[in-house]
Amino acid sequence: MSPKELKSKAKQALQKHQHDKSLLVDILQDIQSEVGYLPKEVLQETSKGLGVPLSRVYSVATFFKAFSLTPRGRHLINVCMGTACHVRGAVKVMEKIEQELKVKRGETTKDLKFTLETVNCVGACALGPMVIIGEDYHGEMTPEGIVSVLKDYN
Amino acid sequence: MAKLKSVGELEALRKSITGKRDPKKAVITVCNGTGCHAHGCKAVTAAFQDEVKKQKLQNTVDIRATGCHGFCERGPLVVIKPKDIFYQRVRVKDVPEILTETIGKGNVIERMLYTDRAPGKKITCESDVPFYKLQKRLVFGNNGLIDPTSIEDYLAVGGYAALAKALKMKPEAIIDEVKKAGLRGRGGGGFPTGNKWESTRKAKGKTKYVICNADEGDPGAYMDRSLVEGNPHSFLEGMIIGAYAIGANQGYIYIRNEYPLAVRHVHIAIEQAEASGLLGKNILGSGFNFDIKVQRGGGAFICGESTALMASLEGRVGEPRAKYIHTSDQGLWGQPTNLNNVETWANVPLIINNGADWYRQIGTKNSKGTKIFSLVGNITNTGLVEVPMGITLREIIYDLGGGIPKGRKFKAVQTGGPSGGVIPESLLDLPVDFDELVKVGSMMGSGGMIVMDDKTCMVNIANYFVSFLEGESCGKCVPCREGLQQMKYILTGITEGRGKKGDIELLEELSAVLVDAALCALGQQAPNPVLSTIKYFRDEYEAHINDKQCPAGVCNLEAVKVK
Amino acid sequence: MVKLTINGRKITAEEGTTILYAARDNNIYIPTLCENEAVAPYGACRLCLVEIKTAKGRERLVTSCIYQVEEGLAVQTDTERIQRIRKMLLELLLARCPESQVIKDLAEKVGVTKTRFVKQKGNNDCILCANCARTCEEVVGVAAISLARRGVDRELTTPFNEDFTEACIGCGSCAYSCPTGAITMEDKRGTRRIKWPHNKMEFKLKKCSVCGQYWAPEKQIEYIAKTSGTPLSDYDACPDCRE
Repeated sequence: MSPKELKSKAKQALQKHQHDKSLLVDILQDIQSEVGYLPKEVLQETSKGLGVPLSRVYSVATFFKAFSLTPRGRHLINVCMGTACHVRGAVKVMEKIEQELKVKRGETTKDLKFTLETVNCVGACALGPMVIIGEDYHGEMTPEGIVSVLKDYN
Repeated sequence: MAKLKSVGELEALRKSITGKRDPKKAVITVCNGTGCHAHGCKAVTAAFQDEVKKQKLQNTVDIRATGCHGFCERGPLVVIKPKDIFYQRVRVKDVPEILTETIGKGNVIERMLYTDRAPGKKITCESDVPFYKLQKRLVFGNNGLIDPTSIEDYLAVGGYAALAKALKMKPEAIIDEVKKAGLRGRGGGGFPTGNKWESTRKAKGKTKYVICNADEGDPGAYMDRSLVEGNPHSFLEGMIIGAYAIGANQGYIYIRNEYPLAVRHVHIAIEQAEASGLLGKNILGSGFNFDIKVQRGGGAFICGESTALMASLEGRVGEPRAKYIHTSDQGLWGQPTNLNNVETWANVPLIINNGADWYRQIGTKNSKGTKIFSLVGNITNTGLVEVPMGITLREIIYDLGGGIPKGRKFKAVQTGGPSGGVIPESLLDLPVDFDELVKVGSMMGSGGMIVMDDKTCMVNIANYFVSFLEGESCGKCVPCREGLQQMKYILTGITEGRGKKGDIELLEELSAVLVDAALCALGQQAPNPVLSTIKYFRDEYEAHINDKQCPAGVCNLEAVKVK
Repeated sequence: MVKLTINGRKITAEEGTTILYAARDNNIYIPTLCENEAVAPYGACRLCLVEIKTAKGRERLVTSCIYQVEEGLAVQTDTERIQRIRKMLLELLLARCPESQVIKDLAEKVGVTKTRFVKQKGNNDCILCANCARTCEEVVGVAAISLARRGVDRELTTPFNEDFTEACIGCGSCAYSCPTGAITMEDKRGTRRIKWPHNKMEFKLKKCSVCGQYWAPEKQIEYIAKTSGTPLSDYDACPDCRE
């Protein structure tokens, strides 16, 4: 997206929320789901549009786990690290994904195919360990199982 | 829908809705909670809709996508009303057969019934399944009956009757009723709800706010999500009643963005309530105005803490502040504010409808009503259970939960989320309420119950929780930020075979300072998992440190041993 | 006036005064790091915790930089429990900033000379008290720097962690307010250099048209002119020569 397009995306989100300062997190959520991440331009535009210092927008954007200031992969992998998934072996699944994709949690593969993140419980504890890729829920995951699941994405 | 201008119009509408419904007509309810989503319920629901058309059964049966029924382990769940036939693990390929056999001929399909483990017998009705039979589903019950995106469904089961009743009461009388009922905050604090409402009502300030905390962050606890997803109008109704009692005209719902379905449903419910005149200006012709805004969280556990939540609502970083000035006096934007979580708000209509005396009959001396727990981990029946306060842990884990699977042994149950403690087998007969769990070093918290079997290492678990909290600490105060980091180093060292003499004592010493000195509850309660595992499983720590052995066989201490 | 006792001593203080200031007014020492009179209390370093007993008999630990005096309050500033907390906090801070002389001195004052914890690297003496960022926002009003990220990853930084922040006027209030000297400021040959723990920035200084001395960053002068609504030409000369 060009800087101009990014700015207009930010403007749309600001307008939707009536430039309400208190909805900063919500505004950033909207922009991120449109753009995929939060580039510098949109944070600057948000700061201007809300009359909130850029430093505060930056603090908020980096405080919350949901936001990314760098481009993310086409498929967002969220490995549930909730307690139920933990006691059912989520760590082993996580390690397998890291090994398979050659990235650590929080990172994006070089080909921009996957971004690997963790989430603290999605409340699908009956099916733990749970891995969510995009909007697909993959339950009862094992280190072997996840390898074949990953192959379905391109 | 036209705006309702009076209680009379509301009741007339309810009558017309129920009048149109034939109680004898079969309804196939398909659980569409997140748990069942993961099991593939969306495809099952669609298959039912297609198949009904194909078999031309529109006049014989309705399909309803409902909220979470709670028994996530056995999803996708299908319950056929009015006979209450309970099918579990239903797949798309089963759908035509259910319609031809069960709906068409009235035959029960054995294969999909739930089998009770002990006697090995098949159970036909949902209410006879032990998982449900032992529950008291007052708050959660309608989840399985209604389509959460239909306000008509909510009205059909008596929705907004409590609001109608409340609007005819004096605000003080509502507060008295909630106080008398003994309702305490379900989010973890357990503070008496009525008292909080009263302080906010009495506080000086022209603008007052009510907030619904739907930022359910405890991993392994998802009762609030299921309520918002499955019956959003119930807690909205509670909020409107509370706002009226307190004298607030603006409400906020702060909801976790990790719950996309819940976010969608709460927006739908608000639009419907606004369109029906149940929210907005002059609600039901009473002259009372109330609006609700929804703010999504950004993935920060700390924002479940009330002052951090409000900071975030003000567009700032989610940092807590010292609570010497109460939120009821100076909360959001410095104005008197009342904050309760989803489950607490959802209890309010029950109290108003049935009265405080009825409500007080349920529960223990100082903990009234029911509580929803999420039963997860190494447990046969994973799911959400609503039980009266005072039930024992053993009843929840064994009678409802079906015990530990794979023939393994129970080791501990962790209650109260990451800041709670672990409870060993010897304390399983403890009655569960706000005060009893605190006495043994844990807490009820928001109601997460994580069951662990004998293959669970307690040092690993303590490290898991400390690492979780370290990652979620806002970083404002020194003891929480630095202390949890150091605690994690020590615990990681122990699990990796680098533990040394004095580590346990240092953990205890550091814990004591966190309890005393941390700014907010996150830091103050963070040592609970460490202290409780040391208290009940000290031998496991010692085995790691002295013998370089993990009794549960989880930790890999070999690397160090070789050296 | 409010009557209370601190360590058994009867004192009076004006209503609205914090326990910390009441103590200071009476020469009673309470250690602090994040406290700064110019900005709103923050309560992050926890060193100023004291034990109180209210008139109603309720006992608890409170942050003395935030908690205000009350009639009949009994405050203890140096009990065994308080000492234990201070020692541990300083041990943690010593691990965070092992090189900081200020922390070392303060630790020694409470009897801590070494830390049992893992020493950290790369914090550059910053204890994250936010004195700088709070002063920048609340006093100067520009909010050029802030705390980014959370928990152990927290850092005092400029937006996007660059060696530049548009909003900064180079006034140096951050350096003045830093309790550990983690922020430095140096004026040399017409240039002001501000070094934050993880970023740095340079500012051109303005020369006095009369005495020829460099006296303030140009950006700061522009800011003052703009906010006070006075013409920029008013600031050609330094305050000394303007008289």
